[in-house]
Amino acid sequence: MESMQYRGRVWKYQDNVSTDHILPSRFMTQVEPAELAAHCMAGIDPEFAAEVRPGDILAAGYNLGYGSSREQAPRALLHSGIKVVVARTFARIFYRNCYNIGLPAVVCPEFLDRVSGMDEVEVDLAAGVIRNLSLGESHSFVKPPAFLLDYVRAGGLIPHLISVSGN
Amino acid sequence: MGQTVTEKIIASHAGVEQVLPGEIHQVSVDLLYIHDNNGPIAIQQFALIPGAAVWDPSRVRFILDHHAPATTFRAAEHHRDLRAFAAKHGIELIDVGRGVSHAVVLEEGLVRPGQVVLGTDSHTVGLGVRGCLATGIGSTEAAAVMYTGRIWMMVPETIRVVLNGSLPPAVSPRDVALLLLRHFGPSFLNYMAIEFYGDFVDGLGDEERMAITTMCLEMGVKNAVMPVGEPDAPRADPDARYVSTVTFDVGTLEPMVATPGLPTNGVPVGSAVGTPIQQATLGSCAGAYYHDLATAAEILKGKHIAKGLRFVIVPNSSRVVAKAAETGVLSALVEAGAVIGSPACGTCAGYEIGCLAPGEVCISTTTRNMDGRMGPGGEIYLAAAATVAASALAGAIADPRKA
Repeated sequence: MESMQYRGRVWKYQDNVSTDHILPSRFMTQVEPAELAAHCMAGIDPEFAAEVRPGDILAAGYNLGYGSSREQAPRALLHSGIKVVVARTFARIFYRNCYNIGLPAVVCPEFLDRVSGMDEVEVDLAAGVIRNLSLGESHSFVKPPAFLLDYVRAGGLIPHLISVSGN
Repeated sequence: MGQTVTEKIIASHAGVEQVLPGEIHQVSVDLLYIHDNNGPIAIQQFALIPGAAVWDPSRVRFILDHHAPATTFRAAEHHRDLRAFAAKHGIELIDVGRGVSHAVVLEEGLVRPGQVVLGTDSHTVGLGVRGCLATGIGSTEAAAVMYTGRIWMMVPETIRVVLNGSLPPAVSPRDVALLLLRHFGPSFLNYMAIEFYGDFVDGLGDEERMAITTMCLEMGVKNAVMPVGEPDAPRADPDARYVSTVTFDVGTLEPMVATPGLPTNGVPVGSAVGTPIQQATLGSCAGAYYHDLATAAEILKGKHIAKGLRFVIVPNSSRVVAKAAETGVLSALVEAGAVIGSPACGTCAGYEIGCLAPGEVCISTTTRNMDGRMGPGGEIYLAAAATVAASALAGAIADPRKA
């Protein structure tokens, strides 16, 4: 059961970060968590995989997760220890993939206007609040629909499906 | 209140009379196909559900197209596992060499107007040429749909795009796609549906239309619907609500290229002419149909590609290969110096064929040109087949109107 409160450092990126950037095609036959984590962000930030810490938060501009449907991309983020992704907008399939694997995806432009890389941030998903502890600021965001919060609580779509189907 | 085509399809599959943009509905699924890039995780996830059965195996296809025939030892293991899963659950598997998933689904006539079609390929939206709601999903959701036969969908806003006119010589539907991408950008149509109308699209065949609808994904759309002739196909009501109507006249369009970085970076070919290239490519669900190969063959017949350049062609289905062999298109291309790969996604994402070294430049009919898509440090210009073939002859980006 996830508490849905997260605290960590921010990795900040630009607009149109595609799933090709997050996990390039050449790693696509790798599916195990450690393999995916080892190559996370290889197409845009070669330092990321070695430097990311469990609990960190990824922030980006418009259209995060653009392009390919590859679920390996959000899984690479999740297995790297990223707990929340925040963007101005998300690409459609990437947004669904995030919740389907239990990774919360939050839209909060006001937060992104102000945040810098490595700021310390706290996200309360159930309350719809994101706090930039480094700046001492707080921003609210539109909470995702209740059923997506259920996916996060369960740890993803499949565990959620198992719990509601009584297996 | 009147409804758009997409609204009618969602309503009919949600069991309601009327839907409104922004509502979330559970909809039934008519067809789900899973390919070998997302399949391995999909079957892992499905296996987590105790005693799960596939809701309706006749409505599911597995298609091996991304790493096919097995391009690495690891890919071979994934293919083995997908074959075993398909056999166990009674799912038809479309094997290596048949072609790219949605191109094959179109050829096989597996979709009908008004259906809800899901694929684990983002470019599943291409199948909207058949008047259906076709859209892409990821691995875990594919596992869930295999189990339940249902999916949640938010009803999208619909935009009407009217394409009128006749294309000038050496300009193709793929150039129209690059024009639309430049106009709308990479995310302006996020989550939205497009309905196409106009005398230009009325005159196109399904495969030519796929060059347009497939590329619509690169603007973020949920689906892209073309008008179809079937009398039972859902049609928009006269008072359907659109967020906007945008009309283009394709009669003055020039050949386009999208410069490296984003598929939406389209410019008229003139501003890129002379850029040296090391590779030219025909490939993908948006650029390796029979008509693409035939266009290239017409330009290259009896000539030879530039010295030092490689011209890699990855047809998108086995029927394309068969037809090109029958009509002499294949021999014209091979004699001109082209390399022919087996039908697959291939070069589109540098799947172990047609990769670029750092600093190399390729002009390609494939779908995407993000940094590193064909190999780290390689640059990709996207264009239509005629522009790619003219450039292959010249060894630099060239205007097909002068080829």
